[in-house]
Amino acid sequence: MANKEATRFGFYEGLVELAKDHPEIYCLDADLAKTTGSVAFQKAFPERYIDVGIAEQNMVGISAGLSKVGLVPFCASMAVFVAGRAFEIIRNGVCYSRLNVKIVGSHGGITAAGDGGSHQCVEDIGIMRSLPNMTVLQPCDSNQARLIAKLAYEIKGPVYVRTSREPMENITSLDDKLEFGKVQVLSEGKDLCIIASGMMTCLAHQALEILKENGIKASLVNIHTIKPFDRDGVVAAVRKAGGRVLVCEESNMVCGLTEAVASSLVEEDGIRISHVAIEDRFGQSGATGELLEAYGITKENIAAKAMELCRR
Amino acid sequence: MRDPDFLENKARQLRIDTLDMILKAGSGHVGGSFSIAELLVALYYDKMNLGKGASDPDRDRFVLSKGHANPILYAVLMDIGFAPKEAKDTLRRYGSPFQGHPDSTKCPGLDCSTGSLGQGLSIATGMALGLKKQGRPGHVYVITGDGELQEGICWEAFMAANAFKLDNLTVIIDRNRLQLSAPTEVTNPLDSIEDKLRSFNFAVDSIDGHDFEQIFGALDKKYEGKPHCIVANTIKGMGVSFMENGVKWHGALPAGDEIAEAYRELGASYGK
Repeated sequence: MANKEATRFGFYEGLVELAKDHPEIYCLDADLAKTTGSVAFQKAFPERYIDVGIAEQNMVGISAGLSKVGLVPFCASMAVFVAGRAFEIIRNGVCYSRLNVKIVGSHGGITAAGDGGSHQCVEDIGIMRSLPNMTVLQPCDSNQARLIAKLAYEIKGPVYVRTSREPMENITSLDDKLEFGKVQVLSEGKDLCIIASGMMTCLAHQALEILKENGIKASLVNIHTIKPFDRDGVVAAVRKAGGRVLVCEESNMVCGLTEAVASSLVEEDGIRISHVAIEDRFGQSGATGELLEAYGITKENIAAKAMELCRR
Repeated sequence: MRDPDFLENKARQLRIDTLDMILKAGSGHVGGSFSIAELLVALYYDKMNLGKGASDPDRDRFVLSKGHANPILYAVLMDIGFAPKEAKDTLRRYGSPFQGHPDSTKCPGLDCSTGSLGQGLSIATGMALGLKKQGRPGHVYVITGDGELQEGICWEAFMAANAFKLDNLTVIIDRNRLQLSAPTEVTNPLDSIEDKLRSFNFAVDSIDGHDFEQIFGALDKKYEGKPHCIVANTIKGMGVSFMENGVKWHGALPAGDEIAEAYRELGASYGK
């Protein structure tokens, strides 16, 4: 695979590989195969690929029906349309009965840049986290996205996978052992702990270099399993870094990773916490770089926030 | 079993059981349960292949998309031995398999959780598609309300059923012409449902939904390569004269003298 690739493509590469041995795996899409990345599955297994047309609610309902007769459906659309528009069908049709349906939301965050705020989903993490019976996964790079495809399949029950449009350098390996429900410590450091998910983990990884040049040793913890949340793993990692923690997420801090980390630490003493996140506002059109800069989704901002935290 | 006496007695008994359960619970949907009594009898006591029982993966499936009419479905599931008879008095109670709206994780033999209108139709479409994709037997029957068709997802599902040529799917529309607050034609007109479904390329039959001969006449029809829709013209509250065609009997319970009168009209005595 290319060294720099979006998770939306890595995920389906992993799923195509897995589906060779699992004829029960089906993929559904709502007319966005090339956008979500599910086109790879369509090419590999056309007879197991179902395009329901532009009808996300029905796509989720049909997926629920497929799972009821023994299939394992992965249904995809842009995050805002599947996690947003189809929310209530995911709730009552899938999660309420704990059906084995996988929901793939692509273009999580603001990197659907040119399309504007209507297509940029900052709420999906919060929405999906709030659902009983739901597992929420987010790979940080395309290598991890391949592994996440297998993990999502192995979990018997509803899973939401958030993928991203933005191609990032791989920082994890295909040989990694992905531990479901556990934090993934990517680097150790005593001065502060950076907790990140999705492409923010890649940006934070780049920020480590800036911090190093400034004499700061940060640990980097990747959260691929957003729910169930590894509270103990977070507490341990933050403790090891002197109680300083910077949370980085490309989603609304309201109900997102920032709140998940903060709530894990409420009973701990001596915590200093900061965040790089979408500050409860919608996205808008712009060039990707320009937009990320405007919303503070950059390695420079992560490093600046980290240094500020170290001075507190 | 198509013996007219058997069928009519079953429908009568199911209405009595439904009234028992709803009165015991103190709430529930009588009118919409009574309108589908004959349809459920035709399906569960004759038309559907129930195979080796509730857990047989190759039996026919039934989805009650108008989930609020579940008391009468529970009455069926108890009677055919899928759901526990001893739970009859627990409708809507804590810990009961008979939740206020159908929960398939709690009630054995219930093929789908429903209650959110329109969703059951979509899931039934997926079940039929999944069976077809796997080349498996099993026909999927679904009953929707008529007011329910105001939900957009129903029309997404109708389009998909046509696109996938689901001739293993039968959609029965309980056309009682009343929704919770008012007649459907006042709130958001649906006529002609038959024309709408035909334009979605369904094979459509329009029948009297309380007449067994007409119900079986429609259920027995086979349409190759097309989904089948039966518009069952029914009477909400059918079987108890003061409830029939009354909009209040969507969710209201009989009280005082009405209770004995309802049982009397159903051929039973209150409390027996």
